[in-house]
Amino acid sequence: MTPPVLLQISNLSKSFGPVRALKGVDFDLRKGEIHAIAGENGAGKSTLMNIIDGILRPDSGEIRLDGAPVRISSPAVAQRMGIGLVHQEIALCPDVSVAENIFMAATNASRSFLMDYKALNRKAAEVLRQLSDIEAATMVRDLPISKQQLVEIAKALTLDCRILILDEPTAALTEAEAQLLFGIMRRLADQGISIIYISHRMVEIFDNCDRVSVFRDGTHVVTHDVGDITPSDVVNAMVGREISELYPPKQAEGDKTGEVMLAVRGLSDANRFHDVSFDLRRGEILGVAGLIGAGRSEIVKGICRLEGEVSGSITLNGDPLDTRTYSESIAKGVVYLSEDRKGDGVFLDLPIDANVSALRLGQVARRFGLIDAELEAGQAEQLGRKLNLKCGSLADPVSSLSGGNQQKVALAKMLSVNPQLIFLDEPTRGVDVGAKSEIHRILRDLANDGVGIVVISSELPELIGLCDRVMVVREGTISGEVSGADMTEENMMHLASVTGVQEETA
Amino acid sequence: MTTGGSMYSAAEHGLHDKAEVAEAVPLWRRMLRMRETGLIIIILALFIGMSFASPYFLTWANIRAMSMAFAVDGLLVIGMTILLISGGIDLSVGSVTALAMVIAGWLFLNAGVDPWIASLISIATCTGIGATMGFFVTRVGLHHFIVSLAVMVIARGACLLGTGGRPLGLYTLPPEFKFIGQGAIGPIPIVIIIFFVAVIAFDFMLRRTTMFRRVFYTGSNEKAATYSGINTKKVIFLTTTLCSTLCGIAGIIYMARFGSAQPTFGVGLELTVIAAAVIGGASLNGGSGTILGAILGVILLSVVSSSLALLDVSVYWQDIIRGSILLAAVTIDHLLNKKRS
Repeated sequence: MTPPVLLQISNLSKSFGPVRALKGVDFDLRKGEIHAIAGENGAGKSTLMNIIDGILRPDSGEIRLDGAPVRISSPAVAQRMGIGLVHQEIALCPDVSVAENIFMAATNASRSFLMDYKALNRKAAEVLRQLSDIEAATMVRDLPISKQQLVEIAKALTLDCRILILDEPTAALTEAEAQLLFGIMRRLADQGISIIYISHRMVEIFDNCDRVSVFRDGTHVVTHDVGDITPSDVVNAMVGREISELYPPKQAEGDKTGEVMLAVRGLSDANRFHDVSFDLRRGEILGVAGLIGAGRSEIVKGICRLEGEVSGSITLNGDPLDTRTYSESIAKGVVYLSEDRKGDGVFLDLPIDANVSALRLGQVARRFGLIDAELEAGQAEQLGRKLNLKCGSLADPVSSLSGGNQQKVALAKMLSVNPQLIFLDEPTRGVDVGAKSEIHRILRDLANDGVGIVVISSELPELIGLCDRVMVVREGTISGEVSGADMTEENMMHLASVTGVQEETA
Repeated sequence: MTTGGSMYSAAEHGLHDKAEVAEAVPLWRRMLRMRETGLIIIILALFIGMSFASPYFLTWANIRAMSMAFAVDGLLVIGMTILLISGGIDLSVGSVTALAMVIAGWLFLNAGVDPWIASLISIATCTGIGATMGFFVTRVGLHHFIVSLAVMVIARGACLLGTGGRPLGLYTLPPEFKFIGQGAIGPIPIVIIIFFVAVIAFDFMLRRTTMFRRVFYTGSNEKAATYSGINTKKVIFLTTTLCSTLCGIAGIIYMARFGSAQPTFGVGLELTVIAAAVIGGASLNGGSGTILGAILGVILLSVVSSSLALLDVSVYWQDIIRGSILLAAVTIDHLLNKKRS
């Protein structure tokens, strides 16, 4: 028996100026189901969710809840109707405790004059227990991103929801935390709560959801039970074409010269990583796996001299890499693509071309350090074309672009200095499927051109698909490396999470 | 990259039929040109309205007086705008300007130092004050607001201490020194020439040089600037120092103009200067602003003051009106920005 439809959306449209974000969308959500929504960035997923949560008002169309037409005029109204949305981006107050964050709405509505911290912490602990070992009294700023994401989810769980919308909740979670979340989602669904689950990851959708709806270019393409459709059908529906290979071919056996490009020996910093040694060979893409907080980013930032004092030796193409600051590293062609694109990867308010030129302004300047606007635009245009950047004008601020195109700007910025060695930290986080495979192909081509590529990723399938070899970081040092047929999620997870005593000899 | 240029062209990849990368004038120039146009229109409208309201408004004497009023403050506005773009702020500009006068005046009067040498010493001291503030901000890690608030009070205290609270009359200043404040080449006062040269030079540098582009990067997103290899601490240190140095120069010009050193000069001036920069498009969050806009902001405020005086509006009302103009300007700007995005 099919459960009754809880939320029925018909012919919903929404435009932002000339951009038609939703073009007459139909969508239905059944009671107690986990309904995945898939689509590239810009497909209209977020617009639809924001309409359901009352953040945006539709231009036309109808929303019915329990069969009755409703107007969801604000998030507060949505909340009263039992609709909760967990945003992809974390919106917590960093300077107050986890418990206070979780019950912010309740505190706001409370009539009592004094805060009852004891009750607050107790209630928060109850919610948190099912998710993680987070202490309710901890300040949010002291938590790593993955734990903050769990706090966001805990916050939504405390609202008495009938419809819970989760927008890419696992982007920052470890595998184990994600599994916990899926368990909770299933439990909630069994209690009759309907969940809308937005994700780019096919595995998550097919393992944990009941139905999947695909959106493309502001239209609803198809809805199916996950049993009646394959992941590649979903991907094809998302991009509107066949994606024959999701990943570019790996380095051919015959091209392996074994020539060591980068040799790192005994690299340590004050406390976050120690005794790190590895080689990067010419033409290969080296992956770096590990749990969040294991020290992956810190190691590559150390090599780039972005933060902290490091000891140990680094050799690039046979010469010692003895830079002291990141600007010296850039001068030697060693660059780092940040994992936090909006936080420190791009200048959101500045024009695209001014972003691309930032690493080496001298390249777009003429005599006396005067910037030549034509040179600057030309550089951005050339790199933009190479990376298939979709933008209106190069003078538009980066904030006007979609996530995938913002990431291409960040990448263009790296490529502007003709780097010898690029460290990429989560290069496809928050990037849609199409742009993601483009970025993978770009990286492979760069590697084929002799540029050293090191990719950090929390997405193990990405590392397996993209890299020739993966080294695994655990507790600030390298716990092992896998290549060829040994590159499996199981092997990497094992190296990433098993502690010293249980370790098997490789 | 030198190879593979066509590798990702739209057609070959078959992804996007219209991957267009349009050519255009940099956005900030287009947008800020709009704001500057708006300011010019408002100023012109005021001119036209006032020329009907008061027969004295469009006289040479009045225009000259108005220009003199904003010209020296204009130097402070330049320094403040650049500092705001880098993400900082300086509340000490009024009292540091006064201190510049007092130091030079005191050295000339009580120590018999040549006025030119005394001026150089005074400007160098202001540079030192800026460097000290820069040190506290970039090395110690304090906020610009707090550091400059402290310096504002300290500098004012030093002014009063050095003069006993009374203006130093500098009747013996040589005429060639007074010339920079009072003289003119043809009909145009030296002060205004200095002002225009400074405006054109700094406006050009801010728009075109790599040096000042780094100021935009730093103010737009300090962390992203660090991750682009930019020494943001150095940038902030230098913009802080530059702002105080310009205060020193402005102080000397004022001294030459007044023929005296006034320890209570410029109380509240910092607010006018910040207001002008903000009206002209500088953001308190850093990363945006132009010299031309800021100068139009200071001209607007000066024209308004002069108009109110000519219309016999009470001085007390003038502050209320100027404050309201600031509020209106930033509100309109904010709403326009919101509409655009």
